[in-house]
Amino acid sequence: MTATVPMVRADRLMKKYGSNVVLQDISLEVRTGEVMCVIGPSGSGKSTFLRCINHLEKIDGGRLEVEGELVGYREKGGVLHELHPREAARQRRDIGMVFQRFNLFPHMTALENVTEAPVRVKRQPKDAAVERARTLLARVGLGDKLDSYPGHLSGGQQQRVAIARALAMEPKLMLFDEPTSALDPELVGEVLDVMKGLAADGMTMIVVTHEMGFAREVADSLVFMDQGHILERGAPRDVLATPEHERTRAFLSKVL
Amino acid sequence: MTTSTGGPAPTPAPGHEPIRAVPLRHPWRNVIGAVLIIAIAAIVWDAAVNRQAYDWPAVGKYLFDRRISEAAFVTLQLTVYSMVGAIVLGIILAVMRLSPNPILKSIAWVYIWIFRGTPVYVQLVFWGLLSTIYPTLDIGLPFLPPIAQLPTDQALNTFWIAVIGLALNEAAYMSEIVRAGILSVDRGQEEAATALGMGWGLTMRRIIIPQAMRIIIPPTGNEVISMLKTTSLVTAVPFTLDLYTRSRDISAETFNPIPLLIVASLWYLFVTSILMVGQYFLERRFARGLDRVDLTKGARLPQGDAPSVDSIANARGESEERR
Repeated sequence: MTATVPMVRADRLMKKYGSNVVLQDISLEVRTGEVMCVIGPSGSGKSTFLRCINHLEKIDGGRLEVEGELVGYREKGGVLHELHPREAARQRRDIGMVFQRFNLFPHMTALENVTEAPVRVKRQPKDAAVERARTLLARVGLGDKLDSYPGHLSGGQQQRVAIARALAMEPKLMLFDEPTSALDPELVGEVLDVMKGLAADGMTMIVVTHEMGFAREVADSLVFMDQGHILERGAPRDVLATPEHERTRAFLSKVL
Repeated sequence: MTTSTGGPAPTPAPGHEPIRAVPLRHPWRNVIGAVLIIAIAAIVWDAAVNRQAYDWPAVGKYLFDRRISEAAFVTLQLTVYSMVGAIVLGIILAVMRLSPNPILKSIAWVYIWIFRGTPVYVQLVFWGLLSTIYPTLDIGLPFLPPIAQLPTDQALNTFWIAVIGLALNEAAYMSEIVRAGILSVDRGQEEAATALGMGWGLTMRRIIIPQAMRIIIPPTGNEVISMLKTTSLVTAVPFTLDLYTRSRDISAETFNPIPLLIVASLWYLFVTSILMVGQYFLERRFARGLDRVDLTKGARLPQGDAPSVDSIANARGESEERR
């Protein structure tokens, strides 16, 4: 794979629920190593776009590629063929996702949450997976919470376990769906710090967020979405300081 | 949960007097309690002294009769084997019904429709007639001479026919209980597993079912106890070594049915009590990690998806009781 192939390429992507079009004409590229933040009012399609990238949602038009590979389809002689669920699962392995509500497995300890997919999906030996999980949990600052169940952890701690769980699959791309929106304000910082560390290590990240400070400081590019369209895209400083659209200005004036 | 009011008061914060209040009295509780005790004592005395038909000496004689205790054990075996079969098949049926595959879905639906829609007694009679309808069980390919052939009544004695009949009927009910349990698990769990690259089957087995167990166990306990009593219908097969049929057979010889009904009832109660203890430990096992839903420590749930106040209150109550 050459360096010119972008990590994510969306070309006139369209998604609808019934007759309700939720994503329209989404075209963008995310380079390997890039951190892209997506902002916009709720209902603008940010999360849906994120969920299309790992095929949790099916797209209805356009093209979507991750590292040059079509998401959810195979192209043969100019015709698209739907992928078997097994192949779709294989595509998702390399894409980590972190959810607004953590979605940790409540019946497993922090350590078991992190080792589950490597052992069951990648068939890593148990010992190696546990060793790596310890390292990852230590990295997110939870080396002393290995045997805690999610119900005994704070929201911020749970989200950090969720990040470690995603990293355990050694993803080439990380998707964050409003990772701090369900947290109490004083717990937001600890999660953002972990994400900053990831960005500094060169992880390709797409982050749907309302944290403008994080976007300004960490993101390489910022996308503003509204009603299923990309209204604006550019360097965070430019978009935040001198937005081109009236809609962006109105949104930013409310959240900044 | 009640706390004792008599114990020493915790050391009060400086400047604060602990509350000293007269506890609320409930005089009517004492009155009604006393009346109930007197009424029960009167019924017991009457039953012990005046009612010859109970024939208490006969109850004592047959309570530990070998035939009865053996029959109780057979009933327990019928219950356990058929429930194990029903739970396994019920899980398979529930998963089939929720699968994205329309063929599996339809098979499960038709199965539940038939086995839930006809009386278990009728089904047991049918299974008893299996060897009349299909005299031999053949193993082999259709339209070719069978590789192995067994007479049905030799392959399956009436005990196993009873187990099969009870299990297949119960599986239809169990599948609905399992389905309710699976549907109760937060959708985010399936999404998180999917996003990790786990397939549908693996997600069900490792993530969804273990969490559904917590919802599944209490009604399943109900079903086990209900099954214990349904085994008294296996006489329809006809299988005659279960507790009820055995006690009826004995009373047919002694012309004294009432004491044997009491004996059978006492044994059913005894076995039910054992099963209830088992349920308690199972519930504890599957509450692992879920004994405390902690929403105060920073996990703010968005509206609409929040667990019901009841479930949180229950989880709280449970965790407090255990501490």
